[in-house]
Parts: sequence; structure tokens; C-alpha cells
Amino acid sequence: MGRKITIEPVTRVEGHGKVTIQLDDAGNVTQSRLHIVEFRGFEKFVQGRPYWEAPVLVQRLCGICPVSHHLAAAKALDVIVGAGTGDGLTPVGEKMRRLMHYAQMFQSHALHFFHLASPDLLFGFDGDPATRNVIGVALLHKELAVQGVMMRKFGQELILATAGKKIHGTGAIPGGINKNLSIAERDKFLKGPDPLNADKMVEWAQGALDFFKGFHAKNKDYIDNFAVFPSAHLSLVRKDGAMDLYHGVIRCVDADGKKIINDVDYQNYYKIIGEEVKNWSYMKFPYIRKLGMDKGWYTVGPLARLNTCDFIPTPLAQKEFEIYKAYTKGKPNHMSMHMHYARLIELLHSAEVIRDLLNDKDLQKDNLVTKGKKKKEGVGLVEAPRGTLFHHYRINDLDQIEMGNLIVSTTNNNIPMNNAVNYVAKANFTGQKEITEGMMNKVEMAIRAYDPCLSCATHALGQMPLEVSLVDSDGNLLDQKRK
Amino acid sequence: MSKPVVATASLAGCFGCHMSLLDIDDRILQLIDLVEFNKSPDDDIKTFTKQCDIGIIEGGCCNSENVHVLKEFRKNCKILISLGECAIMGGLPAMRNGIPVKDCLEEAYLKGPTVDENKKKIIPNDEELPMILDRVYANHEIVKIDYFLPGCPPRADLIWDALVALVTGKPLNPAYETLKFD
Repeated sequence: MGRKITIEPVTRVEGHGKVTIQLDDAGNVTQSRLHIVEFRGFEKFVQGRPYWEAPVLVQRLCGICPVSHHLAAAKALDVIVGAGTGDGLTPVGEKMRRLMHYAQMFQSHALHFFHLASPDLLFGFDGDPATRNVIGVALLHKELAVQGVMMRKFGQELILATAGKKIHGTGAIPGGINKNLSIAERDKFLKGPDPLNADKMVEWAQGALDFFKGFHAKNKDYIDNFAVFPSAHLSLVRKDGAMDLYHGVIRCVDADGKKIINDVDYQNYYKIIGEEVKNWSYMKFPYIRKLGMDKGWYTVGPLARLNTCDFIPTPLAQKEFEIYKAYTKGKPNHMSMHMHYARLIELLHSAEVIRDLLNDKDLQKDNLVTKGKKKKEGVGLVEAPRGTLFHHYRINDLDQIEMGNLIVSTTNNNIPMNNAVNYVAKANFTGQKEITEGMMNKVEMAIRAYDPCLSCATHALGQMPLEVSLVDSDGNLLDQKRK
Repeated sequence: MSKPVVATASLAGCFGCHMSLLDIDDRILQLIDLVEFNKSPDDDIKTFTKQCDIGIIEGGCCNSENVHVLKEFRKNCKILISLGECAIMGGLPAMRNGIPVKDCLEEAYLKGPTVDENKKKIIPNDEELPMILDRVYANHEIVKIDYFLPGCPPRADLIWDALVALVTGKPLNPAYETLKFD
């Protein structure tokens, strides 16, 4: 008699998810699935809205990285208002948006590492759930917790200065931005009282990275062998192959590092990428069309970005990038837990970019908006903290949105996350009759490495408790555990 | 005296209200001194382990699971707060109210430019997925709500002031600039 195990909800990932693991009579895992249980219907209700509402409206799918949605929508609308595809903005327009974007990348990566991932690293995945959280970190490692809080604060204040609000701002508009950065605002971040200034943020980002590297050196088995499986990796890169989180061309490398999408303009993304629908999840399953639904899946996010780019255009992060690449002898990195490593290199890169941008005098210029010949359709992509984010809009003669399509970062990672769950299930649940706290948390950890914003992936948001049910093949409940 | 116990949940929201709570920055360390957290997506406690004093709800109800969680909160919390636009009025997700659910599903899974190879016209319907409600409901349409904090999201200072007022038993006099509706 087969059994089915259900884990729900997955906490400490932003969004709603639920895992089911099906066992056969012999106790072997026959199937494991990560279900996304929320549905919003954004694609429909955005229809009929004036196009300029999109950057403020659509970001409300996700309060975790609203800036990414804000900017991806604005970039799509840049095309529609005739301001070019990512290169047509005025210097102040482009650089204010970049500042906003890297501020978000910085605060989001800091949040993820200190609030969500560090509990697992500090307390282990078998740690007591009562302390295995950010509050536990605050109580036992106060200095680390304070750093995390202040780094997030720095990023959020910078978003406030560029977007007008810390969450759901209004700074980016079709064709540009609605304000520049005054000298007074700039100096607050460049010369702010310790620790809230750009130099300190670079120093702390380097510190967080060193902390992880120290942990890695002592826990190689845990970091290098947890949920490792080959995957293709996709991201934007700058035209010269540099890491660029705000704008670029689509590059995808296969598991061996061979380019399978070679620096393509993203306006035609829908000819390259399709999405499969399965009846057991509201989240779609993207694939590279030419490789088909079964073989065309890929991973996005920090790990992917470090696998696709040729170099990082800031000195400290580039130095770390070289060490990181040497660890896998230049080959693509497929170790799920190295996602944390890659994220922290990006944290350092973001801090460096922020410091450079703050010193750029273009930020004080006044020509905020570019206008050109209007078009009916536009696509905007950015590298959001969790990976490539696609926005696509078409408008009618009345300036109303007629079609809206999104592929959010976490959706791109749908198949990799399912693979990670499957890997962990096979390694830990085969032949098991009892489900331990540690086993359940391993499943969650595999998912959490992807930092999924499940809410925005279902064009939704939310949280999750954990329930494990054993069900036989006739659907009878054999056992149930909650925590 | 034991500390007041606080639980939080995000239903059909965007998590922005929870993020705004984190925007109290270093006051989070004071908050830990002031209250005890029971059930929250930011920690690993997944079911109520005791009766709570304050329940904070972000987001409204768009599916059967949201309703279930909200009722559990009402049962286990003395005071329930609707935090933010979605909890209070349905917010952005309620833009689908007035559109048949079927039309929303068809647009997302059958009509978009990247689902053209969905030849079997699959729309998610597995038994593991909670039932989508006919429309998005505000929380006070489902259970009694004691307090409402407006904003999209409510400003961190407002959340902080409200929590401190509740916990210390003092009146809440929010500053004009913290009380916003966007």
C-alpha cells in the first residue's frame, strides 16, 4: 500500500507552497511535488487599465522585491513610449533607476542571508524550531543580527530616496524617472554617520561573505553535497559578458557551460521561452522552446548569474568571483547551497555599484524623461534578486493595457525547485516510516536555497505552517504530524 | 509578568506589510523584549502552540485555505488586526472581483504569449490546490476584526506605534505623516 506525505506550508520562504511526497509499497519515493497554491489572476485584471499604471500596480504582486516589478514594468513601457530598449534613457534616468535597483538587490540579499538563511547555518537544520529564526540569531549573535538589520535599513532608505517609498514606490515612470538625487540626499548615504554609509556597507558585505567562506571551510560536506544536480543556467548579461543586474541580453549556458542562448535581445523572449501548465500547481513551468518541455528547463538567480557572466565589473566582487570560479575549475557550479555563496558575492558587488553611483554627478541632472514615437507593445526584463523577471505589455488605441504577461524569477526556478525537493526526498524519505523534524526541514531548505518568492510567482504572497500526512494508496490517513 | 504573545499571517497579500514590519529596523530588537512571537512566516513555528494576545493579518481571503487560516487566528487570538489595504478591503487582488474566475484562469493558462503550446488546455485543478473563492473578501467579512491599520503597506512607524500602544495599554495617537492610504 503506497503512502503520500504532505508538507505544508513552507515557512521562511516568502509565499505559499506545499510539498507532497508519494511512496510506493516498498517505501521508495515515486513522486514529489512542490505545489503553489495561490492564484491571483493578474493577467486578466490588468486589462483595461491605463498603461502608465503598470509600474505602480503590478509591483503589488510582491512586497518583497517590488522594485524589480516596478522597474521591469517601467522598462517595458519605455519601449511603448518610444524611449528605446534599455539604452534610450537620459543618464540621470538610467542611473537613478540603477541606484534604486542595486539598493534593492543589496537589501534583499542582506535580508535573505541574515533573516532567512543564517538561522540554518548557525543552528543547523536539526536546530530547535523555537530558536531557529531571526529572533534566535538576534538573541545569540546580536552583532550579526544588528549588521543584517542595518544593511537592510541602508538599502531601504536608498529606495526611499530614489522611489519615494520603501515599499511600493513610484520613482520610475515610462521613459524615465520623476526625481533626481539632491546633494543633501546623496551625502546622507556617502557620508552618513557610522554605520549608515556606503563605505561601511562595502566593508560589512565583505564581512558577511568572509563569514560564509569561513563556515564553508569548516562544513564542506554540508555545503558542497546538499542537493547537487546539473542544470542549465539563464540570466541577463551586459553585451560584453559582464554581470549586469539592470539591463542586458539573454544568455543561457548548459550544464557544461556551453552557450545555448547566445546573447539574444529580449524583445522576442516569447519566441525563445514557453511555459508548460500542469494541473497540480498554479505556477507555470518555463522551458526553452527549441529544447522542448522535458529538456528545456533552466535555473535563474545568483548561482545562474555567476555561471553565465564572464566577469563582474567591480574590483572586490571580481576578486571573489575569481576565487569562486576556481573552486569549480571554471565549470558551472551546480551545488544548491552555493546559492548562498553566489548571493553574498552579489551583495558585495551591489555595495560597490551603489558607492560608485553615489559618486556620479549625473544623478543631479534635471532631464528626467525621454519621449519618442509610441509603440503598441513592449517587453522589459531585469535581474531581480531571485533571478530573471519578464514583463510584457500590449496596449490599444485608447492607451489601455490589452495584454499583460509575466514570467517571474521564481517561476523560472519551478522545475529546479521540484528537482531539489525530489533529490532530498529520495535521499531522506526512502524506506522511512517516521518523519523527523530534520527531514522536514531539509525539504524546506532545498526550496529555501532558491529564495523563492512564491507569492509573486503565483502573482500572490503569503506564508506557510508544516503538516505531514501519510496517506495510503486508497486515500486513508495513516498518520499525521504537525509542528 | 509574561510577555504578550503575537502571531502574524499573510493571506492574499504581497508580503509587503510583513516587510514594512521589518522596516522598524533596529527597533526589532526592542520588539523582542516587548513581545513573544508565536506563529509567523518569519520563524519556523507553524501552528499555534498557545493562545495569543495579538494576531496580525496581512492580505484578504482569495481561497478556502485563507479562510481556514483566518478562522484559526480568530479562535486563537484575543485581538485581531487587519494590517494594510488587502486585509482591510481586498486590495490589488480584489481587482479580479467582478471578473468571473474562469476568465482569469483562461487568460493565465490558455491565452498568454508563452502558453501557446498548452495544447491539452490544462488549467490547474488538483485536489491539493485550495478552492479559489468567487471573489476576494476583506477579512472583516469573514470574522470579527478589532483594529485596522491602513496603508499599502502601512508605514513601519505606524505599525510600531500601534503595537507599543496595544502592549502598554496607552492610546494610539498616530502622527499625520505615518497614516497613509497608499
